[in-house]
Amino acid sequence: MSLWLGRVTVIPKPSVNDPQGLAVLDGLHALGFSEVEQVRVGRHIDVRLDAEGAEEAEARLCQMCETLLANTLIESYEVQVQPVQEGAAV
Amino acid sequence: MKVGVVTFPGSNGDTDCIETLKLVEGCEPQLIWHKSTDLMGADALILPGGFAHGDYLRPGSIAQFSPVMREVARFAASGGPVLGICNGFQVLTEAGLLPGALLRNQYILFHCAWTHVRVSSNRSPWLEGVEEGTVLRMAVAHGQGNYFADTETRRRLVEQGQVAFEYCDPEGNTSGESNHNGSVDSIAGVTNEAGNILGMMPHPERSSDPLLGSADGRVLFESLVRSMAAGAVGR
Repeated sequence: MSLWLGRVTVIPKPSVNDPQGLAVLDGLHALGFSEVEQVRVGRHIDVRLDAEGAEEAEARLCQMCETLLANTLIESYEVQVQPVQEGAAV
Repeated sequence: MKVGVVTFPGSNGDTDCIETLKLVEGCEPQLIWHKSTDLMGADALILPGGFAHGDYLRPGSIAQFSPVMREVARFAASGGPVLGICNGFQVLTEAGLLPGALLRNQYILFHCAWTHVRVSSNRSPWLEGVEEGTVLRMAVAHGQGNYFADTETRRRLVEQGQVAFEYCDPEGNTSGESNHNGSVDSIAGVTNEAGNILGMMPHPERSSDPLLGSADGRVLFESLVRSMAAGAVGR
């Protein structure tokens, strides 16, 4: 077993209204960033976990997303894993 | 009849539910802690409003794994009446006991106000005997009550009479203005297919006494007692 860092991104599906994204878009426009066309606000979650390898870590993280980290009715998710040096801070 | 009210850490509508149930003849209210796996012989269950588990991650997302929820699901599957109010509605959707999801309100505004809802379908023990089209005045207080379900699900909800409440004006007309949180099709409450599980964003328990400004919400609890007495709820 070795230690892995899972970087999970959860984001509202394109078909789902995103009031937070719309509010941030308005805010950016008000600040003069008129080039901004769209904003979607999601969530980033770091998970440290033990796994045999990257593939297992990824599979486990996907299970976590399906059961808790994301609501797949309204959100999609992406998982990236990288090895963690023993004792290193994330 | 015994009505169990579940308290999660962060629930804040549980005591209001208990006090309201005391006003309804034939109801014997009982608090149930979220770690309990014993429903104490409850004939009906209420998941109250509040911020269960601090609303962390998503409202209701952690509460769905509280030990009591397995019993709630079992109770609901056997036809027992379950009412989720506000955060309780969010818990029921997260647990997959009700269709859809509740998003941030439009304009990310926390909305605390009186609102009107129209009874669109009374196919539930919580609304039995309430004429469809009836307008009820009830309190709302939430930041995440913007109901979402995809088009196909919504078509099914309407077809099967699962849309219990729609936001409307005092005359019963729906409009963008009365739909204060941006819910799809102004949906304020839905039931499961069988009708025994009802989730709603407005607070009937905070609208059950003229002293509070409205007693319209009491009709839900009276309907429950009536339908239980009539044996209409199969368990």
